[in-house]
Amino acid sequence: MRKYASFDEPARARNLVLQGVRAVDPERNLDQVLDLHIRDGMLSIGPREIPADADVLDLRGHVVTPGWFDLHVHLREPGGEVAETILSGCQAAMNGGFTGVACMPNTEPPLDDAGRVRWVMEKAASLPVDVQVVAAATRARAGKQLVEMSELVDLGVRAFSDDGKPITDTAVLRHALEYANMLGARIFEHADDPDLSVGGAMNEGEWSTRLGLPGMPPLGETLDVLRCILTARYTEAAVHICHVSTKESVEWIRWAKQQGIRVTAEVCPHHLLLTDERCREFDTDFKMNPPLRGEEDRQACLQGLADGTLDTYCTDHAPHAWEAKAQEFDVAPFGVVGLETALGLAFTHLVGHHLDLNAMIARVVYAPRRILSQPLPAIATGEPANLTIIDPEGSWTVRPEEFRSKSRNTPFKGWELTGRARGIVNRGFAVIKEA
Amino acid sequence: MSLLSHKHLLGLVDYSESDITTILDTAERMKEILERPVPKVPTLRGVTVVNLFMEPSTRTRVSFELAEKRLSADTLNFAVSGSSLSKGETLLDTALNLEAMKIDVVVMRHKSPGSPHFLARHLDSIIINAGDGCHEHPTQALLDMMTLRQKFGTLKGLRICLVGDISHSRVALSNIIGLRIMGAQVMVCGPATLIPREIERLGVSVTHRLDEAIQRCDALNVLRIQMERQDAGLFPSLREYHQYFGLTRRRLEKAPAPLTILHPGPMNRGVEITSDVADSEHSVILQQVTNGVAVRMAVLYLLAGATTPPTEMKV
Repeated sequence: MRKYASFDEPARARNLVLQGVRAVDPERNLDQVLDLHIRDGMLSIGPREIPADADVLDLRGHVVTPGWFDLHVHLREPGGEVAETILSGCQAAMNGGFTGVACMPNTEPPLDDAGRVRWVMEKAASLPVDVQVVAAATRARAGKQLVEMSELVDLGVRAFSDDGKPITDTAVLRHALEYANMLGARIFEHADDPDLSVGGAMNEGEWSTRLGLPGMPPLGETLDVLRCILTARYTEAAVHICHVSTKESVEWIRWAKQQGIRVTAEVCPHHLLLTDERCREFDTDFKMNPPLRGEEDRQACLQGLADGTLDTYCTDHAPHAWEAKAQEFDVAPFGVVGLETALGLAFTHLVGHHLDLNAMIARVVYAPRRILSQPLPAIATGEPANLTIIDPEGSWTVRPEEFRSKSRNTPFKGWELTGRARGIVNRGFAVIKEA
Repeated sequence: MSLLSHKHLLGLVDYSESDITTILDTAERMKEILERPVPKVPTLRGVTVVNLFMEPSTRTRVSFELAEKRLSADTLNFAVSGSSLSKGETLLDTALNLEAMKIDVVVMRHKSPGSPHFLARHLDSIIINAGDGCHEHPTQALLDMMTLRQKFGTLKGLRICLVGDISHSRVALSNIIGLRIMGAQVMVCGPATLIPREIERLGVSVTHRLDEAIQRCDALNVLRIQMERQDAGLFPSLREYHQYFGLTRRRLEKAPAPLTILHPGPMNRGVEITSDVADSEHSVILQQVTNGVAVRMAVLYLLAGATTPPTEMKV
C-alpha cells in the first residue's frame, strides 16, 4: 500500500493489519504466524476479524520482531549537516529497520549541556524513530570537567560518552563513573590509548607494514578496556565499552562478566565481517576507528556476539561527505555508515551461522534498551506497536546511491545480501516499503 | 597498453618478475643512450609529464626531470610551495586541474601512503609513484636492483641486507618486495623499535646485530636515519645508533668477502655510514645515481611511449 511507503510524510498507523506474519518476541515466548492489528498505534494480536475499513498488508513470509535499536549512531547535527541530519539519519534508520537509535554527542558544538540536548530531542520528537541522546561525559569533550549530568538525566539522558576518543584521565573516568552511577546512568567508553594510536590510520600488523600506513595497535584498545573494567569494579559503577574490535578486549570483558563486574559491550558489523587486509586498495571506506583488525580478532568478536559477551550489535553509523572521504587515506576521516546494511548483513552472515534469531533479537532489541534503561517493546495486545518488519528471503544488492542517509561511505558496497528490512511501525507511524 | 601490461607504476607489489626484468633490460639500453655524446632521443616527443612533488625532494625530482628531458618529453614541475595546495585545495582537485590541461603522465611524490593509488582511481593519466610516505618508492628499488644486477649478474639467490629504519622507509619496503619477486634473499637489520610488526610475513629475516648481517650477506643497503625518530623516542641517540648500527670500515673488515655497499641518499656521513665506507671501492652509491636516470627513462618509455619492444627501439 503506497501511502505507507513514504519516508518524508510517514503515514499514521490508524487502522492497519499486517497479515500472515511470523511474529517473534522471545521475551513473550512468541513465535507464530498471525495477523497483527494496529489501531492508533496500539497493537492487538490473536484471532480476530479483519475490520472492513482496515488497510491490510499481505506480509506472508515476513518476520516481525519488536523494533530494532542501534545503540551507536552519529547523526552529525548540529554542525555536520553536509553528511547527515537528524531527519536523514532517522530516515536511514527507518530504511534499515531500526525503530530507535542512540546518537553520539561529538557534534559541532558537542551535546554537552541541557540546551543542546533538548534541541536534538525536540528535532527528533515528531519522527517515527526513538532518538536517545548520549550526552558528552565531559564539557566540550575535553576530558576534564564533568557535564551537568543530573540535569541531563532529568531530561531523559541515560548515557554519557566522549565517543570519538577515550576519557584518558583515569581520575576523570572514575568520577564520571561514580557520578553517572549515582544517577542510574552509564558511561560509554571509546576504548583506546591515544599515545599508542597517535597518527594511526589502520590496525597495526602485517597489513600496516605492507601498506606503509601508521598503525593503531590492538593493545591500545585492550589496555583501556581493562582500565575501564577495573575502574568499574572499584567504583561498583556500570561501564559500557563501545565498538569492541580486539580479541583481548573480548576476553577481558568475558572475564569481567564472570567476576560480576558491571560491564556491557557492543560490536559492529564491520568488525564482525571484515579484516584489515581490506585496506589494501587504500579505499577510505575501509577506514574507521577502531580500525578493521586481524582474522583472530574478527573470530573472537563473532564468538563474543554469539555467547553474549558482547551484548549488542550496533553500527557506529558515521556518515561523511564524499569529498571528505575522497582524500588521502591517512588524511580522510574515520568512519562508515551502517544503518541501512546492518540488518541485511545480520540475516546473511550472522543469524543461522553464529547465533539464532532469538539471540539476535536479544542483541538488537532488548540489550540496547536495557543498557539505556528504556522500556522493552513487546508484541502483545495493548502494547504500543514498535515493530521491525523483515523479509528474511529478500535478496538485494547494497547500492549506496539508494541510501536514505546523506552519506555513501559503506565498506559493503556491491554486497549481495539475503534478508531485507521491509519497514517499521513506531510512535503511531508505519513506514513499510513496497515489495 | 604498454609492454608491462600495467598502466601505472604505483608499486612493485603489482609487478611480476618478467615486468621487472623488462624494466631492468630497458634501463641498460637507456644507460647506453646516457653515455653518448648527445644523450637525448625523441622517443617521448609530444608527451607531457607533470612532476607533482608534494613533499620536499631534490634528487628524485631532478633524476626524473633529467630522464624526461633525455626522452624529449615536455615537463612541468609542480612543487608544493607556491601552489594551490597551500590554499587548502584537495589533492584530487589539484590533480583534476592538472589533468584538465591535457597531461599524459603524473610523476608523484606525496607524504601519504596510497596517494598515487587514489589518483589512479580518479584520473586517466599514467601515474608513476615517486615515493608515497612510508609505503613504496618503486623506481628507487628498481635502480638498486639494476645496480646489484650489474655487479652480480643476477638477483636470484643474492643475499641483501637492508640496514636502519625499516619502519619508516619506502626504500626498504619496495626493495623487499622487488628483491623477493626477483628471487633474492632479504634480511633487515635495525633497532627493534624501527622494525615494523610482522615484517617476516613479507619473506624476510630479521636481525638486530649488524655484525651478524655482515657475516651473512653479499650486499648491504644502508638507509638514512632521520633525526625526528630520535625525537620520537624510537632510539636513544644518534651517537648510540652510530655505535651499534653505523656501518664502519672496521665492521666491514670482518666480512668473509668484500660486501657491496648501497645507500639511497642523501647520506648522513658519520651516522649510518662512515666516509671511509661510503667512498670505498666497494661502494656503488654514485653508480646508483646514474642508474636512477636510466631506470626512470625505462619506466617512462615503457609506460608512456613504447610501441615496439625495447630490442627494436629506435634510439
